Amino acid sequence: MTLAEKILAAHASRDRVSPGELVNVKVDLVLANDITAPIAIREFERIGVDRVFDPRKVVMVPDHFVPNKDIPSAEQAKMMREFALAQGVVYYEVGQAGIEHVLLPEQGLVVPGDVVIGADSHTCTYGALGAFATGMGSTDIASAMACGEIWMKVPPTIRFVYHGRLPRWIGGKDLILYTISRIGVDGALYAAMEFTGEAIADLSMDGRFTMANMAIEAGAKAGIFRVDDKTLDYVRARASRAYHVYEPDDDAECNTTVEYDVSRLEPQVAFPHLPSNARPISQVGTINIDQVVIGSCTNGRLEDLQVAAQIIRGRKIHPKVRCIIIPGTQQVYLDALRRGLVEEFVSAGAVVSTPTCGPCLGGYMGILAAGERCVSTTNRNFVGRMGSRDSEVYLAGPAVAAASAILGRIAGPEEVTN
Amino acid sequence: MKLTGRAHRYGANVDTDAIIPARYLNTSDPAELAQHCMEDIDSEFLNRVRPGDIIVADTNFGCGSSREHAPAAIKAAGISCVIAKSFARIFFRNSINTGLPILESEEAVDETDPGDILEVELATGEIVNVTKNKSFRAKPYPDFMLELIGAGGLIEHTRRKLGQGGDTQ
Ligand code: SF4
Repeated sequence: MTLAEKILAAHASRDRVSPGELVNVKVDLVLANDITAPIAIREFERIGVDRVFDPRKVVMVPDHFVPNKDIPSAEQAKMMREFALAQGVVYYEVGQAGIEHVLLPEQGLVVPGDVVIGADSHTCTYGALGAFATGMGSTDIASAMACGEIWMKVPPTIRFVYHGRLPRWIGGKDLILYTISRIGVDGALYAAMEFTGEAIADLSMDGRFTMANMAIEAGAKAGIFRVDDKTLDYVRARASRAYHVYEPDDDAECNTTVEYDVSRLEPQVAFPHLPSNARPISQVGTINIDQVVIGSCTNGRLEDLQVAAQIIRGRKIHPKVRCIIIPGTQQVYLDALRRGLVEEFVSAGAVVSTPTCGPCLGGYMGILAAGERCVSTTNRNFVGRMGSRDSEVYLAGPAVAAASAILGRIAGPEEVTN
Repeated sequence: MKLTGRAHRYGANVDTDAIIPARYLNTSDPAELAQHCMEDIDSEFLNRVRPGDIIVADTNFGCGSSREHAPAAIKAAGISCVIAKSFARIFFRNSINTGLPILESEEAVDETDPGDILEVELATGEIVNVTKNKSFRAKPYPDFMLELIGAGGLIEHTRRKLGQGGDTQ
């Protein structure tokens, strides 16, 4: 069995499962946010049980429209808060929280071998920890909150092997944008993407979270990494719960294996309006920009801010660019503050915001007007994603985003640092 | 149950931000959501749509976010059914769970033009293009899914499970 199959079999109390089978799996963690929890709570109340199956295994995080941007979003956050407190589930208030998919791993709430479901499509982020994590809708979450299990179809596994050493400035975002550009936005539809190879062994945990995060952008049910020493160091420093390391069988059958040599990979930029429209930076041409966003559940971790700081440090943001930097959690914010990054960003002329999803989904804190262009380290560049339907979002990693903020056009990091 | 309506035709990868832009997710009221359904990719949709109409699209319909606001907005806009070559998986689950009928058929999609009148028989998966006088059969649902639909959606199914089985832990 593959890694994904092993985890699902264990949670379905089965010796074996194979792709296509429908199984009932026990869940270790159930997640919802300020947008999806209100519907989940209403559906939960229709089921007719009084309590969630286990309050330690239900997490609610306000992050999309908080600190509340308007009255309706305040009502939604309030509904979630009241339910969370009444049920005693794990809840993080504004000021102790951040973007759910940065927060949960950081707080040690997800460990290797878990099955996690969340009412948010980027729940797949936790696959970086060797967990099986997938996004679902609010009604699925309501049902799982009541009974602690959920039906799933066992996905086929597609294995991606990345050979070679990563060149300077190349990170998880470049690897995943490149991959999606090769296979398309439905290239892994319903499948589990397993990421492996020397380049992955070299990649930091932050880089792995970025890759797993965007598995959904290829249509996948999950993105998953094998557990290694980096994973264990990360988990032991944070989690108190027991974990289980599953290893794929040597003869595990994958649906497909795809291999890439990434030793000469260039920074990638995904053009509007699909994450699969990626090009290497050398083929971007001259594209002037109005805004840069560095943050989100994709690239809002400390390493992302450190990469950006290496480029922004001692320079000035281009006078025609609004550069908005959003640490993913309060902890990332504090770490950035202590290391002096926040001061460097502010001195350079960037905005540093409290943690929020904000502009990533066109919520607030940096909405685009018609005709405006933004380079963003987020994960989606659909029509209207960050504002006007006539605006454009270019997806990239923090190095390209920071370099573009300095030069006022889409640029690679070497154009600034050389 | 037989559904009849005019086809609204879309291409591949219609995403959840196109179905209902995230800027409107500060509410979950279907009627409010419906007022913005499809507005970023088809500003005429709301003027054109009539109760019972059918959305017909190419591959990967509903890709992107897990928001259940997407099938809710489509339903509340009056759409009776979505036919596509394939669906994104979270959208598929959400539609089954919340009772928006969805059908997969490559042929029916290829042979449908905007405005064609379609008839759909959900129980059998038969799709008739009345305008072109052609009929097609959608991919059947797995048995478990039929059970879910038969129970009236996931919440009903869960109620029964918890009611009958008591403590499932
Ligand atoms: S940062 Fe963006 S993609 Fe991530 S959870 Fe928030 S809205 Fe979704």
